[in-house]
Amino acid sequence: MTRVIDEIQQLDVKGLQCPMPIVKTAKAMRELASGDVLQVFATDPGSVKDFAAWAKATGNELLESNAIDGVFRFVLRKR
Amino acid sequence: MKAKIVVLGGGVGGTLAANTLVDRLGDAASVTVVDPTGMHAYQPGYLYVALGQANGRWLGRDERTLLHKRVDLVIETADRIDPVARTVRFASGGSIDYDYLVLATGSRTVPEQIPGFVGAGQEFYTLAGALRLREELRRFKGGRVLVGVTGIPYKCPPAPVEFVLMLEDQLRGRGLRSRSEVTLLSPLNRAFTVEAASKLVQPIFERRGIKLSTFFNVEAVDPAKGTVSSIEGEEAAYDLLVLVPPHRGQALIDASGLGDQGGWVPTDRNTLQHKTHDRIFVIGDATDLPISKSGSVAHFQAPIVASRIAALVKGQVPQQTYDGRVMCFLETGGRRATTLRFDYAHPPVPPRPAVLWHAAKWMFNRMYWHTVPQGRVP
Repeated sequence: MTRVIDEIQQLDVKGLQCPMPIVKTAKAMRELASGDVLQVFATDPGSVKDFAAWAKATGNELLESNAIDGVFRFVLRKR
Repeated sequence: MKAKIVVLGGGVGGTLAANTLVDRLGDAASVTVVDPTGMHAYQPGYLYVALGQANGRWLGRDERTLLHKRVDLVIETADRIDPVARTVRFASGGSIDYDYLVLATGSRTVPEQIPGFVGAGQEFYTLAGALRLREELRRFKGGRVLVGVTGIPYKCPPAPVEFVLMLEDQLRGRGLRSRSEVTLLSPLNRAFTVEAASKLVQPIFERRGIKLSTFFNVEAVDPAKGTVSSIEGEEAAYDLLVLVPPHRGQALIDASGLGDQGGWVPTDRNTLQHKTHDRIFVIGDATDLPISKSGSVAHFQAPIVASRIAALVKGQVPQQTYDGRVMCFLETGGRRATTLRFDYAHPPVPPRPAVLWHAAKWMFNRMYWHTVPQGRVP
């Protein structure tokens, strides 16, 4: 079965401290269907490592991880 | 005319701020502490009560005995602040006006926010909870122990790690270790949010066979099945469940429209002033600052708030600022401990766990009543 993604879900966790970006992301991911993509924006520098480890541990795919002007952007695909 | 300074909350921050204000301003101001109970609690002691290493009697004192005689103490529950009229209303119907207001109202625990927690889960964040947990532990004959955190922020970040290490130690001493499994549920992929502390603690976990369940953000407890479930969709079974309850700011802050969604007060990280009302200062747990909610933070912030208010009363420019200083001890079991000292700019570099730091923590616990509220520890 295929599912059409009409828009990428966004989550803004800027200003939140570790581990809240992960907690909020885990909650948001639960609302999505398998294969859906979530784009997360965070400012906590620790989140770079945390998102990589979280994706690995939960089996979700981290498609992108980059930083623009002090804002970290993570793109995740739900497994 | 005398400046009217009102301090809400008679914990470590409020008490030290009030005493320091009287020292600095003498007759130039009236200083009033408003507290709903008039009892001062030494909350770091609850951990030891829960583990049966201390009784609850030394953890409470009459607030009056800790305040300078020139500080007025009013035992009332404040239920509304009007920052424009500069008045605080009491639930009993009275009120008090202020020129400067110090919010040292702390935080409260809301275990009811986690379905199934109340009744099934134990906690050591209140004296009543610590005493109940002590009884549970006395009856404990071995089994699966789960220790976890249910929300961020919570008071005393090292507490769950300390509890796990000290409990494991106790079970060993009671000959119950081989029949028990001790697991820390962590919201991240490490034992502690502070990486340096995790690096120090995790080898101890491994050496002592303490399990670490990573990315386990507790969402609900199912008392019938004896399991706890996570936001990540996992489940874990327990025989004894010990959770740090979710924390919130006080209802007074919500009712007065002075806080954010969590009831925390938007506070300038350096001046400790309310972000929109400049006659309101905030200390300790009540702030929304991204630092530990702990007595040590309130202890370091109180003199700075007192100094800034004193300067304003004297018509001077306030000089002192808060740099994010935090200091705490972390018990690692076996009568050893380490310390975490850091500020906004410098992450902690904890020393190797040693008997010295455990002794220092105990000394501090013992000396607290005679030193901290009076401003004798810088």
